[in-house]
Amino acid sequence: MGQKLLMKGNEVIAEAAIRAGCRHYFGYPITPQTEIMHYMAKKMPLVGGVFLQAESEVAAINMVYGAASAGKRVMTSSSSPGISLKQEGISYIAGAQLPAVIVNIMRGGPGLGGIQPSQSDYFQATKGGGHGDYRMVVLAPAGVQELYEMTVEAFNISDRYRIMTMILGDGVLGQMMEVVNFRDEEIVEDINKSWAANGHDNKREHNMVTSIHLDPAVLEQWNIGFQDKYKLISQNEQRYELYNCEDAEIILVAYGSVSRICKGVIKEAAEQGIKLGLVRPITLFPFPVDAFEKVINIPKAFLTVEMSAGQMVEDVKITINGRKPVYFTGRMGGMIPTVKDIMTKVMEIKEKHR
Amino acid sequence: MFLNEFIIAGFGGQGILSAGRLLAYAGMLEDKEVSFLPSYGPEMRGGTANCMVVISEQEIASPVLNSCSALIVMNNPSLDKFESWVKPGGIIVTDSSMVHRKSKRSDIKVFEIPATQLASERGNKTFSNVYLLGKLIKETGCVKPENFEKALYGILSKKRHYMIPEEMEILKIGMEY
Repeated sequence: MGQKLLMKGNEVIAEAAIRAGCRHYFGYPITPQTEIMHYMAKKMPLVGGVFLQAESEVAAINMVYGAASAGKRVMTSSSSPGISLKQEGISYIAGAQLPAVIVNIMRGGPGLGGIQPSQSDYFQATKGGGHGDYRMVVLAPAGVQELYEMTVEAFNISDRYRIMTMILGDGVLGQMMEVVNFRDEEIVEDINKSWAANGHDNKREHNMVTSIHLDPAVLEQWNIGFQDKYKLISQNEQRYELYNCEDAEIILVAYGSVSRICKGVIKEAAEQGIKLGLVRPITLFPFPVDAFEKVINIPKAFLTVEMSAGQMVEDVKITINGRKPVYFTGRMGGMIPTVKDIMTKVMEIKEKHR
Repeated sequence: MFLNEFIIAGFGGQGILSAGRLLAYAGMLEDKEVSFLPSYGPEMRGGTANCMVVISEQEIASPVLNSCSALIVMNNPSLDKFESWVKPGGIIVTDSSMVHRKSKRSDIKVFEIPATQLASERGNKTFSNVYLLGKLIKETGCVKPENFEKALYGILSKKRHYMIPEEMEILKIGMEY
């Protein structure tokens, strides 16, 4: 028996982190993710952890760098403009190969933008928002139960590979309430962190955590190591859901809250006798290319739906590589695509591929 | 037809979000799938507030609604905004002490309860949403009144539990209004 609760997405992320053994949280408030901070402020002291509201996002991410260097499970969270501010620190953490969890509950941009839900930070999250040849694992939950499971998993993946993991959600996921079933005990992987710079009373060699390597030959070797790691992650950690794909005329591609709307579209289309399927990437990096290989021969076309001008659609096109037509529809600026919006596009594609 | 998609809308402070949470919580107690999506940000801070609630026997596709089967409205702008969202055969419950026009729809059922006035006469305006929830629960059968009571105990802080018997009395008045 677990514990069944009606909880807000943001609070579930915070609770999941604590359950996963995160005892250090550094953040700065911003809508629509501030409930993560509220929850941490209330709960961290009760479990002997550290909650700190930093003076800025830049300070918060550098505190994450510090705690991660010491081998501690650490998290920060923000929303789009705040995540942009953190990019320098994120690049440094990538260079120093540190495990850490970063939550981005996206809102409409660019700039200060608005506070309504968006998915326009896909490029930033998956292609490297900071400088240098780095990647982080990007998880895209689509409901409150998944926010819980993915947050726990984020800490395990981060420790396993010494890499940052980003939970990429949006205002809908952060603000909505659904039922969550907490396990009695978490599966927290116990991972050797002999690399940590955490004090040792001179009983061993010093550990050094750094991202600076001024000799280009040495820096290249580091980079080769990073790329090998990203390749390994791509082999091991792709996650996705295939929904209703058998015999689908058109397969929709969507992640996060938009994938939920797409499931509504699939239901409505079925009532009209139109068979649609869905590929839902759960990991955005690594991009789940395996999912597309499984269904490539089924539909006449793919339709990517996002709350952006079309970002993930580029990865879909690279993966499909001209084998099937790939279309896009989306809304921007905090507007959420409606079932009707998506159905209109579906009918247009159907007409083209009769 | 099982009526299972709800929108509750009005001003911030009228108990709009609490009403939605109570419905979702009661639905959870009946082992149904539930989702609750509140408006957030500037709308809430003195402006209009709304929430979307789905209570379903099946997996809920999207918590974001573009239409609904039942609507509670507690001010004029909310009726203007959401009136057309109600599916044919659905219902609207209005707080007629706050909403000053009739619904223009003839393909749905409309119930008018002067909830704010009734609550004020009892001496506590914060009960107004409960009259409307009573009518909604009666007409849609979305949750059982006893589970609504359990939801009140589950959501309200202990120091407000003494109010629950009165809230249940008001719920019943709303159901029979």
